[in-house]
Amino acid sequence: MGEVVLMKGNEAIVEAAIRSGCKHFFGYPITPQTELLAYMAKKLPKIGGTFLQAESEVAAVNMLYGAASAGVRAMTSSSSPGISLKSEGISYIAAADLPCVIVNIMRGGPGLGGIQAAQSDYFQATRGGGHGDYHLIVLAPNSIQEMVRLTADGFNLSEEYRIPVMLLGDGTLGQMMEPGDLDEIPQPIFAEKPWATNGTQGKRKPNITKTLYLDPQELEDTVIEREERYNIVKENLQRYDAHDIEDADIIISSFGITSRVVETAVKELRKEGIKAGVIRPITLWPFSEKIYKRVNPKAFLSVEMNMGQMVEDIKLACECKAPVYFYGRTGGIIPTPQEVEDKVHEIMKEVM
Amino acid sequence: MVIYEKPKSLSDTVSHYCPGCSHGIVHRLVCEVLDELGIAGETIAVEPVGCAVTAHEYFNFDVDQAAHGRQPALATVIKRSLPDRIVFTYQGDGDLAAIGTAETVHSATRGENITIIFINNTIYGMTGGQMAPTSLPGQVTQTSPYGRDPKTQGNPIRVCEMLSTLDGPSYVARVSTDSVKHIKEAKAAIKRAFQNQIDGKGLSFVELLCTCPTNWGMSPVEAVKRLQDEMIPYYPLGVYKDIDRGSGNE
Repeated sequence: MGEVVLMKGNEAIVEAAIRSGCKHFFGYPITPQTELLAYMAKKLPKIGGTFLQAESEVAAVNMLYGAASAGVRAMTSSSSPGISLKSEGISYIAAADLPCVIVNIMRGGPGLGGIQAAQSDYFQATRGGGHGDYHLIVLAPNSIQEMVRLTADGFNLSEEYRIPVMLLGDGTLGQMMEPGDLDEIPQPIFAEKPWATNGTQGKRKPNITKTLYLDPQELEDTVIEREERYNIVKENLQRYDAHDIEDADIIISSFGITSRVVETAVKELRKEGIKAGVIRPITLWPFSEKIYKRVNPKAFLSVEMNMGQMVEDIKLACECKAPVYFYGRTGGIIPTPQEVEDKVHEIMKEVM
Repeated sequence: MVIYEKPKSLSDTVSHYCPGCSHGIVHRLVCEVLDELGIAGETIAVEPVGCAVTAHEYFNFDVDQAAHGRQPALATVIKRSLPDRIVFTYQGDGDLAAIGTAETVHSATRGENITIIFINNTIYGMTGGQMAPTSLPGQVTQTSPYGRDPKTQGNPIRVCEMLSTLDGPSYVARVSTDSVKHIKEAKAAIKRAFQNQIDGKGLSFVELLCTCPTNWGMSPVEAVKRLQDEMIPYYPLGVYKDIDRGSGNE
């Protein structure tokens, strides 16, 4: 253990980002991520960085595009409605293969929705959100410690693959306090950026950051090249946490904060003699397909703070070799362990 | 002795611009200025969506292609990330004064140390001639087929006048590309706008009145006449703000 600090999730992301060499942040106030913005405003000027409160989320994400293209480590953050506004820019950033980290501290939707935690942006995060064939690497922490670790990993992964990374948290993770060990942050690995538009200095040919290809063949070629990179990421980067899966009759999946509820429920279910196990995807894209192909429970259950989004990926991953059930609450409501246990009892009656 | 040659920072690519279009003139003026100031190797341009979306084909320096209207957001942080580089945006009227109004106004009021080159030809060119925020009252376009009616389609925006009310910009000028005299003045304004950036004076903004004969449905000669007869009276030329000389139209 190194330097363990009691931190809010939103602040933990800032500490991790700065220790990972991110000195450029652009944002716009929105609950429940505003502490992140405010903490960046406090920290970055003291280390010679750039903090900018943009005129809109649209401007903020395009600032991210500019900074990433210039070759510096940069981040933006927002919450659900703001991420919708940033989606235009995210599509461009993905199309330009620019590395950066985008944080979504999710709240209830659609529309203005509410300001309490939700997980209803799973589709937006994993399926695109913006237009065109693209993916983000999507990382879903479930604790302050994981927020620290995945923020740091996010910068390295993004540069390694030239794919923007989304850190997908929620209002509860953003607001709650837990101890975090900041020494767990790996040494930043700064990739070479020969493509950066940072001035030729008369020493090389001009670099162009662009997303427009008027020749259809040229556009298809760039999309296929990116798809090949996506396939490498799918092969190499399926991160998950799993336990009690070997003998499990039911495997319960959840991501982010919901997994903390599921853990409590699984402990109770095991005490009752119900063989419940856990698979918690940490990378939501790429989705942890491999582990779902390996396990053989009598049923799967996905618990989410939405109306059923990740459950679709579970069905695809396990190819419905066992029934896949769903339990969800939304609008800012966190499911209780009792609700999960009740759902499991109901399922066990059907499948056993 | 060579007395006239193509600027080194202008590439050999054959232009796709229409006959009589002002983009070629302005590209050349920008490149001449970058060469004369010896800063092309330090320069990053942010190109627009519009006919100049492929400006990078013509520039021999680094270029970022931005989403429609967002150039000043990119330019802001490129300059802040790389303060010893020269950063400029090149934007049309739809880009700068419609979809990107917020980015324009806020980069200006922040006084970002960047240069903005604004092409005002009173029409959307690349999409085939729709009404722009700067289209004149009565102007016929695809989307104002009966002539722009300010009562229902709003009034043109005079961007220099608007930006010169802000404290942020250091230099705001409107110039024209219709005649040799005006083109020389335009070059001087562009040079001033880049020199200001070198000197760290904050945002410099040059609006250039330009032609779009294709979408105006005119010959290049008729287009120049329209610029002179209709545009210049509505959009008076001059320096609207200059922190070195005090504000005000000269």
